[in-house]
Amino acid sequence: MSIYLNKDSKVIVQGITGGEGTKHTRLMLKAGTNIVGGVNARKAGTTVSHEDKDGNAVELPVFGTVKEAMEKTGADVSVAFVPPAFAKDAAIEAIEAEIPLLVVITEGIPVQDTAEFFALSQSKTGEDGKPKTRIIGPNCPGVITPGEALAGITPATITGSGPIGLVSKSGTLTYQMMYELRDFGFSTAIGIGGDPIIGTTHIDALEAFEADPDTQAIVMIGEIGGDAEERAAEFIKANVTKPVVGYVAGFTAPEGKTMGHAGAIVSGSAGTAQAKKEALEAAGVKVGKTPSETAQLMREILQAQA
Amino acid sequence: MDLYEYQARDLFEAHGVPVLAGIVAQTPDEAKAAAEKIGGVTVVKAQVKVGGRGKAGGVKVAKTADEAYEHAKAILGMDIKGHTVHQVMIAQGADIAEEYYFSVLLDRANRTYLAMCSVEGGMEIEQLAEERPEALAKVPVSPLTGIDAETAQKIVTEAGFPEELRADVAEVIQKLWEVFEKEDATLVEVNPLVKTGDGTILALDGKVSLDDNAAFRHEGHAALVDERTEDPLEAKAKANGLNYVKLDGQVGVIGNGAGLVMSTLDVVAYAGEQHGGVKPANFLDIGGGANAEVMANGLDVILGDEQVKSVFVNVFGGITACDQVANGIVKALEILGDTATKPLVVRLDGNAVEEGRRILQEANHPLVTLAATMDEGADKAAELAHSAN
Repeated sequence: MSIYLNKDSKVIVQGITGGEGTKHTRLMLKAGTNIVGGVNARKAGTTVSHEDKDGNAVELPVFGTVKEAMEKTGADVSVAFVPPAFAKDAAIEAIEAEIPLLVVITEGIPVQDTAEFFALSQSKTGEDGKPKTRIIGPNCPGVITPGEALAGITPATITGSGPIGLVSKSGTLTYQMMYELRDFGFSTAIGIGGDPIIGTTHIDALEAFEADPDTQAIVMIGEIGGDAEERAAEFIKANVTKPVVGYVAGFTAPEGKTMGHAGAIVSGSAGTAQAKKEALEAAGVKVGKTPSETAQLMREILQAQA
Repeated sequence: MDLYEYQARDLFEAHGVPVLAGIVAQTPDEAKAAAEKIGGVTVVKAQVKVGGRGKAGGVKVAKTADEAYEHAKAILGMDIKGHTVHQVMIAQGADIAEEYYFSVLLDRANRTYLAMCSVEGGMEIEQLAEERPEALAKVPVSPLTGIDAETAQKIVTEAGFPEELRADVAEVIQKLWEVFEKEDATLVEVNPLVKTGDGTILALDGKVSLDDNAAFRHEGHAALVDERTEDPLEAKAKANGLNYVKLDGQVGVIGNGAGLVMSTLDVVAYAGEQHGGVKPANFLDIGGGANAEVMANGLDVILGDEQVKSVFVNVFGGITACDQVANGIVKALEILGDTATKPLVVRLDGNAVEEGRRILQEANHPLVTLAATMDEGADKAAELAHSAN
């Protein structure tokens, strides 16, 4: 099965006509994604030419707003390739249109902008009391259900479908881990992003993987900064029965220096890799010292399951 | 970016937060002139981006301008917790009746903002939170409303301010919120916020952190960067748009993607344990920058660090194509010519890896070794660094 995204998802691309939007629409289509159109306020009414996964020519409609795109296509997922200065407005537009899933790829969005659109999404809840729009990201590679759909930039050629659920803050480190475990494959691999505020947390993904019948084991990748991994450890102890293997990057990172990701900074004793490793291990999660060691831990678990 | 106290003071003043005069000085003469200008009792305060200044002797009251001169002379050049004092702020003396605490910051765990406030200010907030948590009010602030009048009232009431002070303190708190919001801050902290003898509420100190991601919409923020405290290599890297952090080690590291680079640093450190304890020399994320110029600039910065004895280039091509990275490395070495003197270990995987490896094999550069995996590459680079020692 998978979580959040599958072959039946109807995906629109905000920023479909831009450089990044064009490149990744092409790649998402190749990965099997059902892209039904895109949004660009200034190019409404036009179409963009692409190829579907079988190589047939398709013309994708460009709409002026997310609302219109949803009305005309029934879209339930939006993936946004919009520069930092305009990302907040694009996100707010999607949230106000109540799209069920919004994936924000953009890196470099001011954190107050993210705080604002995240708060907006939290304030619009459905009958179940949950927010109508799930946000993934920002500053993330998005989500891939191998063999079915891709909403983001994760390469679809690394590996195929399989029993492992993967949740990670990182982009290329995620690809490295998928590569290490390419012989097994993944149900869904989700990059939740490296910013200080993100819409979907490790816990959200763990919960979804626990409920997904096709996910048999979970790999969780974290990094320095904040306390998401520590909270995830508590959640795992209380709620996750499937085996979880973890990896944390940033043991070598010095205090007070941001290491690339806006959220990757150790402040005092808070947010160290060591603390996260210990918290995860206390929750029964095996933690590898390196990506290859982590993959080996997962391999042993799957081989024992078989 | 963390600001100095004098910069926070200036920002407060620009947004209508009540502050006293404060003039920055870099020499004892300047300090004396500033004290004369302000007149009366002044306080000479070390400008460093770390706490504990008072305990270290970096904050001294000066009754005269001559005393300000003497204090500045003693404080300038002082080392406070690893930070050298290059500047002092001469602050107007205050008639302090009471000291309070206030801050508003990004609450990562709850993905919202948090305001903290106490009528017991002046001491370390971590200490207060530990010893007397009931004395510290913690009020979530919604990004959708900010600290509006209602929230400000809630804050001062929960902090325990007596009725007659609440309106005045709430007003200052709303001005501090304005600084936070309008300047794209991630932290605005005032410790102490004071009530003077005549009942005025003032910010007597300021700690502000600004969101680097928001720099594009704040022209004035660039001027607040202190080039001087920046490591020269980091400054050079920044000027070239490179995401580089200098560490203390012998194995230079280049990779694509922050998570992968952080991981590479760790793997190099582990490998180094088997090779004389060599360590990673830096963090450098070139992102999707496969082109020769970015690679050359990156290598140039890394090789500018005399401690570096080898370099590990670790690339997993997602969107980035390995053949472009390989061409980038070959061209970069051409550009650098004789200045490239240290061995390079290169590991490529992912998109177009066969082509990338072929390009490097054919170029057959004497300094370049191809590694099959990330672990092997880290080990080889550590070995080369150690044998060069």
